[in-house]
Amino acid sequence: MYNIKCDVAIIGGGPAGLAAAISAKEEGAQKVLIIERDNALGGILQQCIHPGFGLTRFNEELTGPEYYSRFVDKAKELGVDVLLNSMVLEIDSENKELSCVNSEYGLTKIDAGSIVLAMGCRERTRANIVIPGTRPAGIYTAGSAQRLINRQNIMVGKKVVILGSGDIGMIMARRMSLEGAEVVMVVELMDYLAGLTRNRVQCLDDFGIPLKLAHTITKIEGDERVTGVYIAPVDENKKPIKEKEEFVECDTVLFSVGLIPENEITNKAGICMNRTTNGPVVNQYMQTSKPSVFACGNVVHVNDLVDNVSKESEQAGKYAARYAMGKLPETKKEIPCTIGRNVRYVCPHKIAVSEENEKTTLFFRVLAPEDNVKLVARCGSEIIAHKKELRANPGEMCSLLVDTSKIVGDEIIIEALKED
Amino acid sequence: MKKEIICTVCPRGCHILVDGDEKSVFSVDGYGCKRGFEYASAEYLSPVRILTTTVKIFGIDSDLLPVRSAKPLPKNKLSECMDIIKNTEVKLPVKRYDTIISDICGTGIDIVATKDIG
Ligand SMILES: Cc1cc2nc3c(=O)[nH]c(=O)nc-3n(C[C@H](O)[C@H](O)[C@H](O)COP(=O)(O)OP(=O)(O)OC[C@H]3O[C@@H](n4cnc5c(N)ncnc54)[C@H](O)[C@@H]3O)c2cc1C
Ligand code: SF4
Repeated sequence: MYNIKCDVAIIGGGPAGLAAAISAKEEGAQKVLIIERDNALGGILQQCIHPGFGLTRFNEELTGPEYYSRFVDKAKELGVDVLLNSMVLEIDSENKELSCVNSEYGLTKIDAGSIVLAMGCRERTRANIVIPGTRPAGIYTAGSAQRLINRQNIMVGKKVVILGSGDIGMIMARRMSLEGAEVVMVVELMDYLAGLTRNRVQCLDDFGIPLKLAHTITKIEGDERVTGVYIAPVDENKKPIKEKEEFVECDTVLFSVGLIPENEITNKAGICMNRTTNGPVVNQYMQTSKPSVFACGNVVHVNDLVDNVSKESEQAGKYAARYAMGKLPETKKEIPCTIGRNVRYVCPHKIAVSEENEKTTLFFRVLAPEDNVKLVARCGSEIIAHKKELRANPGEMCSLLVDTSKIVGDEIIIEALKED
Repeated sequence: MKKEIICTVCPRGCHILVDGDEKSVFSVDGYGCKRGFEYASAEYLSPVRILTTTVKIFGIDSDLLPVRSAKPLPKNKLSECMDIIKNTEVKLPVKRYDTIISDICGTGIDIVATKDIG
């Protein structure tokens, strides 16, 4: 069997893997290897040809390819090794070994000093949400339609209904309109927008596409090809109001109903998982419950802004490098980050307290939208970080910068308080 | 003419009501802060958008070149620009930021590649 040795092995060459690789190199790791199953680096951003990337990091509005190209250039410059067309099958966290299938070498074994999981996420499909009806052609997830249109030159339909007001769905509404298709409507189960307001304005309103909040698709019609869908408003329990059901003609249905972290490898390795995010539990070093394994990007929690992914992944790369070099500070105590009022989850899930202190960013999402909020991180009654926001939306990640030297007691509570 | 503009500068998404004519803004209401006031006035008088799409590659059916407008284009020119881009083919190799169409529709703005191919 073909055998490779490296200091830091990174699974996935998307924005997360790329940022981790760069910072691992910068931290001093000798041999950093990215293992990617696709035939090119860039991950999901290869198909995200739209603008909206890099506003926080570069203060410029970049497209997906421009954003990842900057990282690819930097990784090349630093001498990061890349193994393309290689699917990782399994990791062994005790022996720090990975096995993958490579198109040239076949089954390959990789020995590493530490491992970074950066596998991204995949889309929820119709099967995950169960909509009755036939199974005709013309049903796609928004992301697979995006790949077909933007990377493979295949137009998926002419008259489209989109379920879900997430960013990918809205971006596809604009993309298909520009390509000459008619987007009949976007249907959203919740009574608020799932994605960014910017996308609603620039992708729906600009093209006069109606957004039906608090509605759902109740049935898909068609034998060989989709001929239409039934939609209905929902009551406060999200149950469709059958009497108000109506038929909408279309030949294509796109599902944009969320993403699920890609964690088969993580699960197989017996790594401790978080139920809300469906990703591994990590500390501020982005270290999982298996000390040699780190994780970052959408595999940990689904991010709406790639800028946040890059930032978080730099932490993972840096500390994975330090682990491989035997320089990770010894953990004296672990403090959980607990969710308080109107917070759905926090990442990292815990803070490792050691001799070293640092400033670390806590990323979190609120449960429900609210105006005039005060975001607070506190230890008991001691407030260790806070920030005021005019509005907090579930679709847009909140963050607080915490100085770990200020942590007291045995818990950090994160909450979004209502201000008057 | 009155127009409602949703501010996209911050997540609050204020609904701002702007009144004016083609050349000037008479009044702006409902903004939460100064940045929104400025955004709404500009959006009312001359809305602009970055256009991104793909261009066909000569002799290759299975891949496309992603492109963008180097700067934001006037919103009302987008579909005219799309018509030109749809009828364009490029020959490889292409480098990131190579000009694919210069001065599209007389806007003074170029359509450029966003990726290296070939
Ligand atoms: C359709 C879409 C539109 C988006 N639009 C925006 C936007 O407008 N602005 C913005 O800021 N953000 C946007 N995002 C979010 C941003 O793109 C993601 O947050 C970011 O791509 C996450 O990076 P990642 O590296 O974690 O995952 P990915 O980009 O998904 O990369 C994961 C990589 O891992 C590889 N991989 C997975 N499993 C294995 C394995 N077993 N072996 C080897 N390789 C493997 C995959 O092939 C892939 O290349 C969008 C996301 C999507 C899906
Ligand atoms: S007007 Fe100010 S507060 Fe309101 S959305 Fe715009 S930037 Fe935010």
